Amino acid sequence: MTTTDSPPAPVAPVRRRRSSGDTERGFSRTFRWIATGSGALILATLAAVALFLIVRAWPAMTASEAELADAVPRYPDDTSFLAYVGPLVFGTLLAAVLALLMATPVAMGIALFISHYAPRRLAQILGYLVDLLAAIPSVVYGLWGVAVLAPAVAPVWTWLNEWFGWFPLFAGNVSPTARTLATVSVVLAVMILPIITAVSREVFLQTPKLHEEAALALGATRWEMVRTAVLPFGQSGVISAAMLGLGRALGETMAVLMILSPGFLYSFKILQAAQQQTIAAYIALDFPEASGLAVNALIATGLALFVITLAVNMAARAIVARRKDFSGAN
Amino acid sequence: MSADTSTLDATERTRALLTTAEPRRRRTDRIMAALIWFAFLLAMVPLVSLLWTVLFNGAGRVTIDFLSYSMRGIFGGDPGGGIYHAVMGTLIITGCATLISVPIGILVAIYLVEYGRGPLARAVTFFVDVMTGIPSIVAGLFAVSLFTIFFGAGARFGIIGAVALSVLMIPVVVRSCEEMLKLVPNELREASYALGVPKWLTIIRVVLRTAVAGLTTSVLLAIARVIGETAPLLVAVGVTDSINFDPSEGRMMTLPVFIYRQYSQGLATCREGQANCVADIAIQNAWGAALTLIVIVMLLNVAGRLVNRWFAPKTR
Repeated sequence: MTTTDSPPAPVAPVRRRRSSGDTERGFSRTFRWIATGSGALILATLAAVALFLIVRAWPAMTASEAELADAVPRYPDDTSFLAYVGPLVFGTLLAAVLALLMATPVAMGIALFISHYAPRRLAQILGYLVDLLAAIPSVVYGLWGVAVLAPAVAPVWTWLNEWFGWFPLFAGNVSPTARTLATVSVVLAVMILPIITAVSREVFLQTPKLHEEAALALGATRWEMVRTAVLPFGQSGVISAAMLGLGRALGETMAVLMILSPGFLYSFKILQAAQQQTIAAYIALDFPEASGLAVNALIATGLALFVITLAVNMAARAIVARRKDFSGAN
Repeated sequence: MSADTSTLDATERTRALLTTAEPRRRRTDRIMAALIWFAFLLAMVPLVSLLWTVLFNGAGRVTIDFLSYSMRGIFGGDPGGGIYHAVMGTLIITGCATLISVPIGILVAIYLVEYGRGPLARAVTFFVDVMTGIPSIVAGLFAVSLFTIFFGAGARFGIIGAVALSVLMIPVVVRSCEEMLKLVPNELREASYALGVPKWLTIIRVVLRTAVAGLTTSVLLAIARVIGETAPLLVAVGVTDSINFDPSEGRMMTLPVFIYRQYSQGLATCREGQANCVADIAIQNAWGAALTLIVIVMLLNVAGRLVNRWFAPKTR
């Protein structure tokens, strides 16, 4: 019982009904506070992640070039901190964008397959099969990439280099072991397939049945129905799905760490070894042995990764949220 | 007469146009259908190849000994040793992460479904979604940064890893539990209120109890999601060859990290005529551990789905 209940005035019941919180007594109120507190805890956690990363990254961002060169292994001489993070950011973006370019068309195909093409009975099971790809740990993808994929794609990369060597991406000396960014982005593409597929599939399934039936009634073939009714409806959903996949690919560590032979260049030569490195793999490689200012420098690169993925994910979620308002789904 | 035939022709033509598409459009339709089937089959190639490779390479190594010994005192190409320490480490750290994430995750889901209105709820929904996209290595860095403030620069122990995994796990738990709580019909809540049951008791005794199968599924799938995480544990928990059951003290080995370490060891050098030396033992260990890990993940997935199928309340 709360103290506000004590005056037994005749007007009390009327007032009580108006104020919303007053029907709650005793533990109900406590429980509401616990639940609300947990909600706030989520925001606090995210803020804490940002805060702690900034605090720990700060010494590296303010340190002089000489200090950094002393403390951090493989730190190029006479460069500012930005010049040090730059190639890593470049490598991260390049790998993720390549993976996205490969994964999105395939994922859209799979999503359409499950939502509109597969036999009804099988659709759920086939969807589950695709979801299995997401269940496999990334370190196993790394093992598989080195043992199976790299030898398998090496001849393909050689062929690409031979015939399309004039194209900047395929230029350079092709690596015989295929432990290059091209192989990495194939693995990343496989890893982000399930998330893009899952989100696109949900959106495609929400296409109003009447739109589809109207298209078919007007004489459209199945593909024309998909093109005129399903794809326009799902457009923004697919875009946000792709961005979620991009976010996943940006932060992927183990597959890159195990497959890629790293370098620190602004290089588009994805078939050549020792050209690029991603932020996540760089941190995982150096963190266990780092100490002092090197730790701060690594956390600063982690902060850069956090900011990039946060921006990508927020943009993706904002698109999804806006779409929800318009489509009337849910 | 001629007018009759021309109308007949026209009718035929119209019918033909209406019932069959013209060849070019039909061809496009067929090609796109083929491409879409191809996309699906293409995605199955890595899945089948990966599962087959892990099974083929790992099955020979996984024995009772492999599962019940640690790597303590195992050097070079010694084919002894096993993954017991890594399995226990994985179970302990994931268990701690589950203990942290599940209460918070379910409470946040309750908040969003039962209480959530206004700007705070909108912000929580949005940022839960954003949190699902935090790179795992950043979660590891966060946990390390947090604990090194209190325990000094060299702090590496199981709880740090559990906190890192929780950051990854909470949003997954929230998201799926929220969906499960939304499925509970409102009539049940209203019936409970009508009987004078307070809201918190309604939530615990009616809503949670109705959704318990779905919640279990959500939790199991979330565990399956984080149990294979490598990068945060690599930076937060470190590595060891010995068994360590205490998550609050000392480094711990976990299965994913074990796989990575064995993989990066490469070939052992065996002297001529040296007994008990297998050159590629490390990579064999990695495959064996990978098979074990995949089996654990698959079991969690299957268990999650079965729980939902068998124990879900029958709603009519």
